[in-house]
Amino acid sequence: MKKISILAILLTPLLNHAYAETPEEKGLSIVVEADIRDTGWTDQIADMSMLLKNKQGDSSKRVMRITTLEVPGDGDKSLITFDNPKDIKGTAFLSHTHSLTPDDQWLYLPALKRVKRISSSNKSGPFVGSEYAYEDISSQEVEKYKYKWLRDETLNGRGSFVIERFPQYEHSGYTRQILWLDKEMYQPLQLEFFDRKNSQLKTLQFLDYKQYLDQYWRPGVMQMTNHQNGKSTRLTWSDYKFKNDFSDRDFDKNTLKRAR
Amino acid sequence: MRIFIKSLLLFLIASASALSSAGEWSGSAGLEFRGFNQTAQDARQDHDSNFSFVFESEYFHEWDDGDQSIAFVPYIRVDENDNERTHFDIHELTYLKVAERWELRLGIRKIFWGVTEFQHLVDIINQTNLVENFDTEDKLGQPMVNLALINDWGTIDLFVMPYFRERYFPGTSGRLRSIPETRQDRSQFESAAKEKHIDLAARYSHYFGDWDIGLSHFYGTSRDPRLLFSIDSGGNPFFIPFYDIINQTSVDIQTTKSNMLWKFEALHRSGQGTTYNAYAGGFEYTFVGIMDTALDLGVLSEYHYDDRDELSMSIFQDDIAIGARLAFNDVQSSEALIGLVWDRNSGGKFFNIEASRRLGNSWLLELQGRFFLNQKSSDLAFTVSRDDYTELFLSYNF
Repeated sequence: MKKISILAILLTPLLNHAYAETPEEKGLSIVVEADIRDTGWTDQIADMSMLLKNKQGDSSKRVMRITTLEVPGDGDKSLITFDNPKDIKGTAFLSHTHSLTPDDQWLYLPALKRVKRISSSNKSGPFVGSEYAYEDISSQEVEKYKYKWLRDETLNGRGSFVIERFPQYEHSGYTRQILWLDKEMYQPLQLEFFDRKNSQLKTLQFLDYKQYLDQYWRPGVMQMTNHQNGKSTRLTWSDYKFKNDFSDRDFDKNTLKRAR
Repeated sequence: MRIFIKSLLLFLIASASALSSAGEWSGSAGLEFRGFNQTAQDARQDHDSNFSFVFESEYFHEWDDGDQSIAFVPYIRVDENDNERTHFDIHELTYLKVAERWELRLGIRKIFWGVTEFQHLVDIINQTNLVENFDTEDKLGQPMVNLALINDWGTIDLFVMPYFRERYFPGTSGRLRSIPETRQDRSQFESAAKEKHIDLAARYSHYFGDWDIGLSHFYGTSRDPRLLFSIDSGGNPFFIPFYDIINQTSVDIQTTKSNMLWKFEALHRSGQGTTYNAYAGGFEYTFVGIMDTALDLGVLSEYHYDDRDELSMSIFQDDIAIGARLAFNDVQSSEALIGLVWDRNSGGKFFNIEASRRLGNSWLLELQGRFFLNQKSSDLAFTVSRDDYTELFLSYNF
């Protein structure tokens, strides 16, 4: 009897939860869980290359290095330094992201040695001519969207939650996105983007996941396909390194000026 | 200066050999063509088209987890017609040491201060290289010791500059020069130490929310000379560049409100004739994704004022500038900028166009056009009024 009552006490909140939960609450709680599981990596550095392809099959390459600092309670800070194409080598992009207030962004132009504060309202514009918009590569914070759980589904053999999310920040180019979140990793498998007219615009697939520090899953490849213009961008990540003892100092304007 | 460069070179060679792991080289080589619409004012400027070849390379090596590094950026231009345009310069030769609360830089560098687009009013550390371009954006490397003190409340940069670089002016046969010509070999200095006068500067910079500010003071040899009229022994008129010792205090502010950038620069300078003030201010507004395309259109306007009246060596005495910037956001990073500067006093106008597009992965094609309209003979820009040109520049980047 005692055992049962303890079990009942333990189960009650869960059961209540399950029954009382609306699709919106369920969507949010899944995303919050994903966020909690991906907390504590402190900082990371990675190499990123983009292969841009158009309908005719012409391709163009971008190579950059990205350092990121986890900022508890706010958006992350990141510094992107370009290595290729060579005419923009050394150009660097510093971003202090925030959940709902505008991000702080600076650009370093090596030819003039000039640091320029830039407007962060350009969320929907293409990032370096690719099929990624600025908002697609920005830090993904829970507060940036409203969520709605749609269904559970198996995608490419992986059990996943399918969640619809609606951007809450200004200047987004999307009405909504549909996210397939892996049930084991709590990481995205696929993301579909719908433009301002609510037409399907792009699909992003997350591939070749690897686990780091026995906890954090990171994709090796992110394949973005634009259904409206037939172009695609294949983003390949390599050399992830975590916990590099970075601090705010590595993401200030002085560090931006030293970018090479 | 020679000793300074020699010791630095020795230091660099020593460091390079001490560190077996090699650094990386990059750079660009380019061919420039300029076509002039009209024959020049001075018969000795005897060309209406001009080819120029430029080569810049960059060596960079870092160690100590990136906390120490050296950079070497030599630059050379070979010009078809103007011997003064043919020149070599070290744009950068720097040792850098980074710590949590400070950064120390020793050597030759370029520094940029300021926020406005049509004129870089408060930017003073580096000498302007006028043989490169009329727009004053090209600079000569400045030898310095620079200590940056990094605090939560902002960064303090301290500069000691042991050697002054004279401005490079186009030669006798060069276009886009003063009439009569300005002769660098006849430079005069207020300081008896001439170019060895030790110049000093300090700057505070920080940002508060969407406000970025800089407060600077410079003491030393003025980068922009006064031009003194003279006649040589052969009876030929020319300008002597005269370099005063000045004190200049300046401020530069930008506030970034969504798609709108507000910019302001002001300076107070003494020691170069009468004490004067100058300021520049304006805005840049960007329309993102115009007409449902990936195109961004920026519109900008600035007002530039200098209270020296007609004595001003600046072409920005009382000028309104408007411009438009178009970014195609395509794979080739195509972009264009057009600008018009209108002198409210003389009615003279300066029209400028710049555009660029990547070709393949490694080539870059740039177009530039500069046109001087309705310039009066009393205006400083009159001497270049027949030097309208269109430039094509093709470079290979590696």
